[in-house]
Amino acid sequence: MESLTLSDVEQKYYSDLFVYCDTDNTKKVASNGRVLDLFRAAQLPSEVVLQITELCGATRLGHFGRSQFYIALKLIAIAQSGLPLRVESLNSVKDLPLPRFVVGKNEAEARHAALYQDPDSQGLYPAPGTAVIPRPPGRGHQNKKGHPSSTSLPVHEVIQPLATTIESQPEPTSPVVSPHQSPPTSPHSWRKHKRQHSGGNAERQPVVAATGAVWTQFREPQTGPVAGDGMWPSHSPPLPGQESWVSFTADTPPSSTLPAMHPSSVQESTTIRTVASAATTNEIQRQSSTYDDPWKITDEQRQYYINQFKTIQPDLTGFIPGSAAKEFFTKSKLPILELSHIWELSDFDKDGALTLDEFCAAFHLVVARKNGYDLPEKLPESLMPKLIDLDDSAEVPEQTADVGYSASPVEVTPNKSPSMPSLNQAWPEMNQSNEQWETFSERSSSSQTLTQFDSNIAPADPDTAIVHPVPIRMTPSKIHMQEMELKRTGSDHNHPTSPLLAKPPELSEEAKLPASMKFVAANTVGDGYSSSDSFTSDQEPITRQRSQSGTSPEALKVVAPPPPPPRPHPSHSRSSSLDMNRTFAATSATGQPQPSTIAYPPAVPPRPLPTQTSVPLTGHRVEAESIPGGGAVLTTTSPQQIPQQPNFADFSQFQAFAASEQPSSLPEVDKHIEPGQGDKPSEGAGPLRTVKSDGQADERPSATVNSGAKGSSGPLAPPPKPVRRRLKSEDELRPEDEQHGPQKSNVIAAVLATQPSIPRSVGKDKKAIQASIRRNKETNTVLARLNSELQQQLKDLLEERISLEVQLEQLRPFSHL
Amino acid sequence: MNTNMAVCIAVIAKENYPLYIRSVPTQNELKFHYTVHTSLDVVEEKISAVGKALGDQRELYLGLLYPTEDYKVYGYVTNSKVKFVIVVDSSNTSLRDNEIRSMFRKLHNSFTDVMCNPFHNPGDTIQSKAFDGIVSGMMVQTA
Repeated sequence: MESLTLSDVEQKYYSDLFVYCDTDNTKKVASNGRVLDLFRAAQLPSEVVLQITELCGATRLGHFGRSQFYIALKLIAIAQSGLPLRVESLNSVKDLPLPRFVVGKNEAEARHAALYQDPDSQGLYPAPGTAVIPRPPGRGHQNKKGHPSSTSLPVHEVIQPLATTIESQPEPTSPVVSPHQSPPTSPHSWRKHKRQHSGGNAERQPVVAATGAVWTQFREPQTGPVAGDGMWPSHSPPLPGQESWVSFTADTPPSSTLPAMHPSSVQESTTIRTVASAATTNEIQRQSSTYDDPWKITDEQRQYYINQFKTIQPDLTGFIPGSAAKEFFTKSKLPILELSHIWELSDFDKDGALTLDEFCAAFHLVVARKNGYDLPEKLPESLMPKLIDLDDSAEVPEQTADVGYSASPVEVTPNKSPSMPSLNQAWPEMNQSNEQWETFSERSSSSQTLTQFDSNIAPADPDTAIVHPVPIRMTPSKIHMQEMELKRTGSDHNHPTSPLLAKPPELSEEAKLPASMKFVAANTVGDGYSSSDSFTSDQEPITRQRSQSGTSPEALKVVAPPPPPPRPHPSHSRSSSLDMNRTFAATSATGQPQPSTIAYPPAVPPRPLPTQTSVPLTGHRVEAESIPGGGAVLTTTSPQQIPQQPNFADFSQFQAFAASEQPSSLPEVDKHIEPGQGDKPSEGAGPLRTVKSDGQADERPSATVNSGAKGSSGPLAPPPKPVRRRLKSEDELRPEDEQHGPQKSNVIAAVLATQPSIPRSVGKDKKAIQASIRRNKETNTVLARLNSELQQQLKDLLEERISLEVQLEQLRPFSHL
Repeated sequence: MNTNMAVCIAVIAKENYPLYIRSVPTQNELKFHYTVHTSLDVVEEKISAVGKALGDQRELYLGLLYPTEDYKVYGYVTNSKVKFVIVVDSSNTSLRDNEIRSMFRKLHNSFTDVMCNPFHNPGDTIQSKAFDGIVSGMMVQTA
């Protein structure tokens, strides 16, 4: 045998093949069967194989020793390269590409074969229908060069025209054919192969080299420079055959070998047009890639991706819209679920569009998945696009750095932010990081939510709602009187005294308060006539009421617009004052002809009058009558007093009325409801007026008058009167402090002024007092009854109102729809 | 943040069919499905009640829909009428309102991410691992 000088690469390759053939593990002899199979895999014509075996001396020996084997392999290479089989050529041929074996029972073999197929076996390849140009020997030179410039894409494009032929070829051999795949592989594989352990990987280098050469060749035509243009078409058929590119076309079954980062992925992308896949290529690449970050994108791959990106979006700084990307990746035939997952991983900024970098990552993942790699749960770092704004480099420069394309993503991705094309602009807020987005939404939503939530809470939970210290001057008596008025008038009279109006919401809310409270208050007010205890008791309910109104108004206000004031509160205080006035007037009327104090308003509530008159006390009959009358008047007038200042001056009416009023006090109660009259009669009673003025700001002038009247009627006024006055003033003071402070001082002065006269009257009118007490008690009962009736009315009205509101609420949505 | 929060999380489409529902597996899931279904009525009621402000003012967070003795149900509705329902254990009193709100916020963000995925057809059940991850993070950790 001729001495055989093999290059290192060849040596490694051959030894590997020998090992493969060494089924008997003799390390010396390759089994004939295997060898023959191998030779068949070389896809050489049988006579050539025979010739080779003869030449290598195996025929002589009858078996393939190592040397024979090696020679045979070399001869195969020679034959595959189209050179005449001659022994001399064994050593003469320089840079002979490694023999390729297509049908690989052995992965490695297949890989190698595949790797070698392109450049070498081109001519020998049965390329049905396609023009297979025999590779010029010159190719061999290129084989071992790792061309830096890697345009992975060319491979695919080359493959394109040969799709048909390739398909036929690769399919049977796809699992075997080593990857001649993407150009991208070559430099990478070079590097990777170097890293690989020697052993069986030795062959890889040549394979890689071959691949690289092939790829280079492919690239060249595409990239423009040089090389054998004619070569690449010839390469194309083998390429696809050997490549395990995932084909995105309909007819090619996806190969699923390597996640083959690189060449396979590139090829896969090109397979949009082409075909076939050589699993072996992927395998090699996978093996190679396992030594590196499996998710790294090689230069070639990236370039390929970039080119693919360009086909969809010419602007490399632009975005691929989701729909286009969906179409593109759907061609890969991956299940939608996986594509969805890939999308989730790769759409880093969650904007529904892919930048170049995101696209590359997605593509890479698709390739990986196609090649059998499972999708990661999180985006691998090497695929992660950088969100930093870096230089606007439109194209990813070919980076031969073995490190992942972290740099290129940086270069590419940042372009996204500055140059936001329409897609991204449509998602301005999403361009921020997720955290920012979350923060933003958090901020906005939280502020909104907090605000609205609180408002929603308030009505739902009135008890916990903040109780504003609403100054509610409502006294139970006021409410009571208002209710009375309501009942009497049956309709809303104009009680539009300003302070009263100011309190309508409170009134309404207070009205909604448990009526019992009001009752108590009203009753206490009424009781106040008879004893000073009502003083305190008045305070309590008033306080209570205030607090309640404090809460309820809040809640109620939030819930619904303040309903029209049922009754002005002051009127109730007026009621008390009316009572007092009544009493006072009665006292004064009976006791002394007091022009100013005679408070027999025609509107005197009839009820108390008869009862009181039933217990007539000479001096107090009028008082009694006037009191209830006055009280009623007060109630009715109190709401009206404010606007009816002039009434206060109308003493004469009171007097005249008071005189004749007694028996008709009851009917007068009804008249009380009449605002005008109510005021007048009440005014007649000095104390009444004073009280009223207390309740109403406007009545300050009258208060002075009243106070004067009070003073005059002081002696006539039994203790209850002054007491009442005091009570009233207190009542009024309390709720009306805010409004009528200065007025109250007048009233207070008036009250105080009258008080000194009390002891006198006490001494004189014990009986009168007792009588008046009885009268007052009767009045109280009557008033209490009235109060309860009014309360009931109020409740009904409130219920009605609520139901109406509910209806309104229900109807409201319809108005908006 | 305490991950031991929800017992059941559900996403319901505009047409009131579930897009995603996940419960703590140890318990009777059907019970939660039922709860979520009945809570939809409350959600509808709240939506129509707040409708007076018309959308923009409308609160996304609906708050506590209704409590039962075992658990509490919170609701959240997006502007596209997609509803999120979270069921939490009543015994988990440490849950404050803000925590629930933040849970809904995360859900909403994750949901939006799912919607952005061109491979996801609106109306399909949500089969996103990222979404699952977020939800798992909020569910009660079963030993």
